[in-house]
Amino acid sequence: MIRRLLIGSVWFYFILLLISPILYLVTQSFDEGIEAFWREVTTPEALHGFMLTLEITAIVLVINLVFGTITALVLVRQHFAGRTILSGLIDLPFSVSPVIAGFMLILLFGPETILGTFFGTLGVKVLFAMPAMVLATLFATFPFVVRELTPLLQTTGTDTEEAARTLGATEWQVFLKVTLPMLRWGFVYGTTLTVARAIGEFGAVLVVSGNILLLTQTATLHIYQSYVDFNYVGANAVALTLLAVSFAILALLELAKAKAAATAA
Amino acid sequence: MTPHKLLELSLRSAAIGYVSLLILLPLAAIAHQSFIGGIAHFIEDISSPQASSALILTLEAAFLTTVINAILGTLSAIVLVRYEFPGRWFLNALVDLPFAIPTLVTGLMIAAVYGPTSMAGTWLQQGGLTLLYAKPGIVLAMLLVTMPFTIRSLQPVLIELEREQEDAAFSLGASPWTTFWKVTVPSVLPGLLTGVFLTFVRALGEFGSIVIVAGNIPMKTQVASVYVYGEIESYNPQGATSVSVFILLISFLVLILLERLTRPPGERMPRWLRWPNRPLDMVRPSEIG
Repeated sequence: MIRRLLIGSVWFYFILLLISPILYLVTQSFDEGIEAFWREVTTPEALHGFMLTLEITAIVLVINLVFGTITALVLVRQHFAGRTILSGLIDLPFSVSPVIAGFMLILLFGPETILGTFFGTLGVKVLFAMPAMVLATLFATFPFVVRELTPLLQTTGTDTEEAARTLGATEWQVFLKVTLPMLRWGFVYGTTLTVARAIGEFGAVLVVSGNILLLTQTATLHIYQSYVDFNYVGANAVALTLLAVSFAILALLELAKAKAAATAA
Repeated sequence: MTPHKLLELSLRSAAIGYVSLLILLPLAAIAHQSFIGGIAHFIEDISSPQASSALILTLEAAFLTTVINAILGTLSAIVLVRYEFPGRWFLNALVDLPFAIPTLVTGLMIAAVYGPTSMAGTWLQQGGLTLLYAKPGIVLAMLLVTMPFTIRSLQPVLIELEREQEDAAFSLGASPWTTFWKVTVPSVLPGLLTGVFLTFVRALGEFGSIVIVAGNIPMKTQVASVYVYGEIESYNPQGATSVSVFILLISFLVLILLERLTRPPGERMPRWLRWPNRPLDMVRPSEIG
């Protein structure tokens, strides 16, 4: 009896908070028919937003994988003064509000600052352009790859790598043939998390991009603009597209987990 | 210097350099801006009527969210771990969704289901409860965005606990009461605290979903992050800095407290290196059952 009550209340909680909002968004997006939905997701503004989001995500993912791997290796394998501080710093972005993160970049690269003047004389536009948007997304997503790799590095240890070295492998061979394959599930998880977060990033990008139509307007910014302009069908349609992407990412993650569990067993 | 040592050193410099540029430098920028203003300005800024009401509203809503999330999250975690029921796998997979959905989309979802034009919204309005553009909407947005924290921090601990409890019962024959205080509470508490504190910090900074559902009326439904955004847009970096720094300080204090509370005696490792408080579900299906 208690068991049924508990299970029922959890179902109720999930339906109320999570499932019904999702279903509502789906029905609202098709409120004016499938043609309206299609029209809204294929406007030049929407398509530009999707492309820009894709570009930023790709750049951010590559940088995160490279520096995430280096940072994780250094954190787990090296012992030096300030290691605790470094690991604390890596965790920080999770606790910083996206708007504040964006604002910090404005303070850093604004026209009156040292860095702002420096890049200004070089003729490089940082704020209200691609570089700041990439930086903002990097800030928000940096912990993911590192956090997925460090536990793996800790549990696996260095025995296999030592063995490879003893057998005459160079450092580079050890890294490519032993270390990287060992970390593959960490890369899979880190990548999915980074991609999900980069696609959904809004607050920080809103602040640093200037939200310029057809120039710095990402998919999420486009949704926001449509909503503010009372174009609810447009906002919902693009939102549903991103929601579908979230579902796909989550499904991939579940699949990867099942596969990882199967190989581990 | 051996080549190996050289490689080690260059990797270390790369990691420290990158983290300093990406994370430390922006923080230094806001700290610098805050110092320019000075402590008197800081207090004046955060105690202005609009800023202080935004801060109070944010703290209130985040606190309420944390309490609700702690209770319902614990319940959900227990049910998901302990009971075998139809749809269990489905619900367990859904838990991660709020982290995967863009927060802005979360806001639109809530607006769609509880807005004035929807069935639920009209029904609630007749009952005298307005969700959208009001405080309950803000709490609802925070709740949805932070939903996974408590559940995901508790699940691994609960799975572990079942074994421990069995062991204890079998080998020692302890009374249920002793088991509860000596085994259950100490092993569940760190997980619960982690989930609860992360929920609070995340709720404090939430922006994307709230900007849609709150209506953002100054002094009424404007939260701190939206206030900061407004100050940036109206070219008032000083006001934006003070409120940002205040929020950052609270967040950091909460996290330091969490680190103190959950660190096992004698252990000096940073919390996140040993605790499975990962942002998305990392509990393997095999662990759950």
